Amino acid sequence: MTFQLFVFLVFALTLLGAATAVITVRNPVNAALFLVLAFFSSAGIWLLLEAEFLAITLVLVYVGAVMVLFLFVVMMLDINLAPITEGFASYLPVAVGVGLIMSVELILVLSRDFFSAEQFPQPTPKPADHSNTEVLGELIYTEYLYPFEIAAVILLVAIVAAISLTMRKRPQTKYQDPSEQIKVSKADRLRVVSMDAEEKP
Amino acid sequence: MIPLSYYLVVGGLLFALSVTGIFLNRKNVIILLMCVELMLLAVNMNFVAFSHFLENAVGQVFVFFILTVAAAEAAIGLAILVLLFRNRGTINVTELDELKG
Repeated sequence: MTFQLFVFLVFALTLLGAATAVITVRNPVNAALFLVLAFFSSAGIWLLLEAEFLAITLVLVYVGAVMVLFLFVVMMLDINLAPITEGFASYLPVAVGVGLIMSVELILVLSRDFFSAEQFPQPTPKPADHSNTEVLGELIYTEYLYPFEIAAVILLVAIVAAISLTMRKRPQTKYQDPSEQIKVSKADRLRVVSMDAEEKP
Repeated sequence: MIPLSYYLVVGGLLFALSVTGIFLNRKNVIILLMCVELMLLAVNMNFVAFSHFLENAVGQVFVFFILTVAAAEAAIGLAILVLLFRNRGTINVTELDELKG
């Protein structure tokens, strides 16, 4: 067993174990933390596949942003776990059956010689000064420029949608209304009272 | 060295696990969203593996776009979840039956 195979097996088993924990633990906070572990392990596998930029992106964007958002929402919602987790045991036979059938089918198809080492020989390892980021950047900013722009628009739409969905007006909140402030005139604020002159005591 | 089929089997097992998770946690929207993220991760694993073995970086560009769309999907999904919890006080899927479907 080479060292690479050992590293791959460690990461793959961690990934599958973490995924199993995500779908079986009761507490959603623990599930989110196990999902973080799953993303970390698959980033390790992607490093073995010489996809360095995507591996770092997975850790930074997924673990750093998306999973923190998940944890934030899970911790913010005060969820009553009892009605949500009931029926877990009754779903178990069907779920395990479907999962086993899918796994066996996929393994049977994928471990045939269509994808064997003869059909897909090991590519030559890249030299030390090869930059994965540079290759991806050249592709994204030339050939895939329009999809890249569309991805940016999708993110903008997601921001607008998320904010407009969750924003609400609360009656007790105090806030300024600039147009009302600008429209005010002297007569609204100033009252001139006519009164008799008074003597100094 | 590691043949391509090992990576594909890991991706396939991850996908089967997330389908199992959808069956198991059909009442909990948060875990359902997490299972969708795991499915996308399984797909990305296949893309990266094929990109490595075919020596073609376009697969990694596709993964880049999938990550973008998945981030947008998670953000909107969680926003809907917060809205749902604020209006109904629950995230139990069986109680979300207002459309009478």
